[in-house]
Amino acid sequence: MSSIVEVTHLRKLFPVKKGGLFDRQEKFVHAIDDVSFTVERGEVLAVVGESGCGKSTLALTLMGLERPTSGVIQINGQNIATLKGKEIQVVRRHVQMIFQDPYESLNPIMTIADIVAEPLKVHGLVKNKQERQERVIRALEDAGLKPALNFMHRLPQELSGGQRQRVVIAGALVLEPELLIADEPVSMLDVSIRAEILNLLLELRQMRGISIVMITHDLGTVGYVADRIAVMYLGRLVEIGPALQVLQQPHHPYTRALLSVVPVPNPRQRRERVILQGETPNPINLPPGCRFHPRCPVAQPRCQETDPMLQPVAAAHEAACLLLSSG
Amino acid sequence: MKRSRYIAQKVGWALLTILFVITLNFFLFRVLPGDPARAGVRDPRLTREAVEAIRVRFGLDKPVINCFQSLNPMETGDCFINPLDTQFFIYVGNLLQGELGISYHTNRPVADMLMEMLWNTLLLIGLGQILAIVLGMSLGVLAAWKARTAVDHGALLFSLTAWSLPTFWLGIILLFIGSSYWGLPIGGRLTPGTVYNTSIERWLDIGNHLILPTLTYTIVFLGEYMLIMRSTLLDVLSEDYILTAKAKGISTFQILKDHALRNAMLPMVTIIALNLGFTVTGAIQIETVFSWPGLGGAIFTAVNRRDYPMLQGAFLLIAISVIFANLAADLFYSYLDPRVEDS
Repeated sequence: MSSIVEVTHLRKLFPVKKGGLFDRQEKFVHAIDDVSFTVERGEVLAVVGESGCGKSTLALTLMGLERPTSGVIQINGQNIATLKGKEIQVVRRHVQMIFQDPYESLNPIMTIADIVAEPLKVHGLVKNKQERQERVIRALEDAGLKPALNFMHRLPQELSGGQRQRVVIAGALVLEPELLIADEPVSMLDVSIRAEILNLLLELRQMRGISIVMITHDLGTVGYVADRIAVMYLGRLVEIGPALQVLQQPHHPYTRALLSVVPVPNPRQRRERVILQGETPNPINLPPGCRFHPRCPVAQPRCQETDPMLQPVAAAHEAACLLLSSG
Repeated sequence: MKRSRYIAQKVGWALLTILFVITLNFFLFRVLPGDPARAGVRDPRLTREAVEAIRVRFGLDKPVINCFQSLNPMETGDCFINPLDTQFFIYVGNLLQGELGISYHTNRPVADMLMEMLWNTLLLIGLGQILAIVLGMSLGVLAAWKARTAVDHGALLFSLTAWSLPTFWLGIILLFIGSSYWGLPIGGRLTPGTVYNTSIERWLDIGNHLILPTLTYTIVFLGEYMLIMRSTLLDVLSEDYILTAKAKGISTFQILKDHALRNAMLPMVTIIALNLGFTVTGAIQIETVFSWPGLGGAIFTAVNRRDYPMLQGAFLLIAISVIFANLAADLFYSYLDPRVEDS
């Protein structure tokens, strides 16, 4: 079976105007710079990285909400970068998104039932009111809001954060998508509720075979949910591989630095922490060579010249670092 | 169930406020200095008997209310008198029958005069407000949709300019341009001395007279509506639930209609209701410039002539219109925003 998502050489640049009135030159923020990866059916891929590394732009581009500057995004074999109007609506039905903040992503003046039913109406997927009602109830109960009748006529403000996120998930599920893109789905929730929502997502994957791309910066939970992990730094993929391998044997110095600061429950197992020096470089003026070298604890002179490509380091595990090839 | 309780509560408050206004309105004019019996006929030769006759005719010989013969100067009276035979309750009783007294100046019933002028004012304000709301909101939506483009900047410049123009100045300029270049009438409601064969002809003449004042009114209010619509819509469009709607594949038009506009309408309804309540009098400038026989102009004249019954009636009418505009806003608000009923 083919992959559900195939991204090749994806780039997304945002123009910024700089300079004075007379010497205007167009500069660009390199939000996503030459990124390629695939997502298999029923797989959970976690994309991790610091804020500003391009994770959220990646999510929006996958949704077709931002047009890529160049590159190909194939979803179910269709390149959504070139689709227009009606065609993109059809693809969107199979790809749904869960946003970070359930307090902001629900229209405050619509009832829960209306919110969940809206996509059905818009895509003309149901014939009558009764069928719509049934599907809304099913989506709400699948998202863990049971009994659904208790919630349908309430407003978002009457629900807790966790319940709201379940409404958001129900609103995505009602279209029976094949791919869910979750942009930090639990980072705004109380810690006690996070596990519930993550379990819900995993259950949905189990029951419906949905693929999930989960954007996160929380390396603590990523091993629990993800099959594979992709690490992004300044618009680039620096490492991608099976979750356990990436977590236990990280190859890229950036991944190692990220992992070294994740708290470990057992105090005897404490690892040596790698604290990155300096700020993330400005994504407008990228450093030459490897873009991680100004902060890299093991950087060598050649890192300032050559930009490393992803290369295999183990089975299905790739990393982009010059030190991996020779020396 | 929740909804009907909310409506009943709001209507109840409105009625209570009107009762309060009626009471205040009555006593406010009774504590004013001066003798109404003498204010009407300012002839020093008037005999004591004649003054007394006027007092009896207007019911001014009766106590203001139980225990008080008059309020200015304060005079106590009989507390055991039949309360229905006091000025206050006679006034309330008359009011219930739609009786507002006789104008000192024209000797015509105040209710009739006010009704006539109210229709004229409502015609002008209604037309002007509808145009201003429709044009202002459309322009605001357009500007927000095309934010930071030439269209947006143009609309902003126009609206800010329109909003800053003094009403009377704009009126005079339009009066000048309209009458000398476009051949429009300079004022009034009908062309004096015209005989109309059909009511259509009469309405056409009224329409012709309405153009300039309505245009002035529309321009003055349009800017405000446009600016508020634009800024609230821009706020709403940056909300996450708009992005969510886009991600669900909902079309641009539907996002604007179902999600953005409904949320952005909330502040608009408040502003419109406030304006509606106050523009019954707020049209004074326009009605004066264009000699439009409306309520605003009538109040201006009544103040000059100390026509108390007329003022009393006009005050009541304005108070009631403000209360009703607010009631309408509350009810519409609850329709737009279901959250209102909860709190």
